[in-house]
Amino acid sequence: MEVGMLPISASKRGKLLAAGYTTLDAIARASPTHLARDIDVSESEATEILNLASKPSALERPNGSHTAVVGGGQTAWDMLNDEKFSSYITTSCADLDNILGGGIKCKEVTEIGGVPGIGKTQIGIQLAVNVQIPQEYGGLGGKAIYIDTEGSFMVERVLQIAEACIEDMAEYSRHFHKDFQACDVKMHPNNILENIFYFRVCSYTEQIALINYLDKFITENKDVKILIVDSVTFHFRQDFDDMALRTRLLSEMALKLMKLAKKFRLAVVMFNQVTTKHIEGSFQLTLALGDSWSHSCTNRIILFWNGNERHAFIDKSPSLKSASAPYSVTTRGIRNSTSSCKRIKMM
Amino acid sequence: MANKLINQMGLPKSIVNIFTARNIITAKDALSHTEFELMELLDVGKEEVTSAMAHVSEVVCPPCQTALLLLEQRVLNESLAGHLSTRLKGLDEALCGGIPFGVLTELVGPAGIGKTQFCLKLSLLASLPTNCGGLDGRVIYIDVESKFRSKRLIEIGINSFPEIFLKKGMAQEMAGRILILHPTSLSEFAESLHQIRVSLLQQQVKLLIIDSMAALVLGEHDSEASRQQALGWHVSFIKSLAEFSRIPVVLTNQVRSQIGDESRMYSFQAQSHSIIKDNPATYDSHLVAALGINWAHAVTIRLVLEARSGQRFIKLAKSPISAPLAFPFKITSSGLVLLDDEGIEMKGPEINTIHCQGLSLSTLAVSSAEYILRTKNA
Repeated sequence: MEVGMLPISASKRGKLLAAGYTTLDAIARASPTHLARDIDVSESEATEILNLASKPSALERPNGSHTAVVGGGQTAWDMLNDEKFSSYITTSCADLDNILGGGIKCKEVTEIGGVPGIGKTQIGIQLAVNVQIPQEYGGLGGKAIYIDTEGSFMVERVLQIAEACIEDMAEYSRHFHKDFQACDVKMHPNNILENIFYFRVCSYTEQIALINYLDKFITENKDVKILIVDSVTFHFRQDFDDMALRTRLLSEMALKLMKLAKKFRLAVVMFNQVTTKHIEGSFQLTLALGDSWSHSCTNRIILFWNGNERHAFIDKSPSLKSASAPYSVTTRGIRNSTSSCKRIKMM
Repeated sequence: MANKLINQMGLPKSIVNIFTARNIITAKDALSHTEFELMELLDVGKEEVTSAMAHVSEVVCPPCQTALLLLEQRVLNESLAGHLSTRLKGLDEALCGGIPFGVLTELVGPAGIGKTQFCLKLSLLASLPTNCGGLDGRVIYIDVESKFRSKRLIEIGINSFPEIFLKKGMAQEMAGRILILHPTSLSEFAESLHQIRVSLLQQQVKLLIIDSMAALVLGEHDSEASRQQALGWHVSFIKSLAEFSRIPVVLTNQVRSQIGDESRMYSFQAQSHSIIKDNPATYDSHLVAALGINWAHAVTIRLVLEARSGQRFIKLAKSPISAPLAFPFKITSSGLVLLDDEGIEMKGPEINTIHCQGLSLSTLAVSSAEYILRTKNA
């Protein structure tokens, strides 16, 4: 651990180094008064530096107890127990849910990419509606944030999908409660539309600003369970000349999205566009924004045409095996492919 | 909002002075750096940077709306709930009322298929009074390929709306609402866009048509990379123009031959498909939309016009609203007419392919002869 890693201003860091405090241990041993005198700052500022320098030194202290040795840490066993209660958001396509282990997973960042017209926005709208399925129907009963950079969010389509979702829930209710009094589905399409928070982003600056602001927004609006960015690509592809700056900004944005997912236990879904890549004398389709961006998401799903069917392929995931599943875009939203067996959709 | 001044955001005076001293004047300047870079540049600690950036971000980010609020605004503020009817019943139903406001709608197809005919009729429909289902506004028609024909416009009007156009002076008024521009270069086009932005506020412009977008770009840039770069700014600008004015924007695109090894597959697909080799049935099936993938992502709705086995089709190739559908159509004196309002649902990537089969030269010759005869009789 070096002084250079402290989150303090550059001039203070320079003063510390000039005064001979080259390691955190050296700082931690000093008293606030000595430190203040040596680097010519106020005593309160010196106390602040000491606090920062003392935090990581817990790593060096031996500790035999089962409690976390470092603040904010978590044992693998605790994490395993947490994951047993993971929440999923159904895609309304049973085949796709199966290869995803139940749907889009909360607390993770999922990237979905595909060619134009494959149905990315349709999936986004479907997820924004499905996150609101009440818990008694196997859903989360949460709200959705939809960040629209391309202007493709069509509220008429949301209404169609919401109505179809309510009809499916009514069907589900009748099927499983036929021996009892039928439970009325009390949701109305307007309720579903009211719980989708829509932001129209018109430049990459607004995109960065909005993602910075979401921490506060989600704190104020409880029950948000999904954040959809449709697409993360558009403004960073159109407006940039400085590619190094683009990479840095995208990396910071990705980290903030991961932090939001963990902190608020919500699912983050980002859509990406495709581009062509020249490899070994031939062209191949690949997701846009380059190789650096590929590291930013936990799960990556690629949508593609397989013959006459839309398919989703799990290209990258730490916990799911590579698999492909067919799906279709119908007037009622995302559903199983019509060529597969006509199973009843169990939410 | 990206260009809002830092000193107008209510930050503490000391922080504002530090930003100004480092030549960070606008929100865009601030947000174009990572927080770590700002710490280095401003010589302040992490807490100050995080707090300042949180404040700047909150001021800059776009306002939140619920989907319900969007829907209510559409119904209240816009005629026909935010759509321009095409008078093609099946297509209008599939698009929830017609060409939507606020987004880009693209027409793509081979030469002579009917793209400009479609645009001419849309121009008329936007000019019509509201009691006839129009938008009662003006139209800006950017004609890059010099295909606009006033005579054909009047003909479509007389045959489609005889009760309006045969009134005295009405044809002149309707045609007078359509303003045609002829840019000859991309920079001239950009200049026109800026002027259009001003006129959209002052006058009642209800429709913007760019016929065609491809002709401008393909004529100037010979390499793919610079073409995409040139398009980028224009795409963003046209989209924002459509949105803040809440008008439909219709653009046409050309087709080009597909290069033999052009990419249609991802790396994981290539392995499983190496055995099956695609044998293209005919040369005609090798047409793709010009301007490339990046452009295709930018348009919200894509209508593909094609001919197959002597029959013309209009296909809803890309749309967040509807399923992929194809409608057979023909071109008459009143413009495009659908032969079947029940669309044929197309599964698979066939919705994106562009055919140009069956419209032989003899068929075109017969059509031309009929047109000449009709002109003489008029």
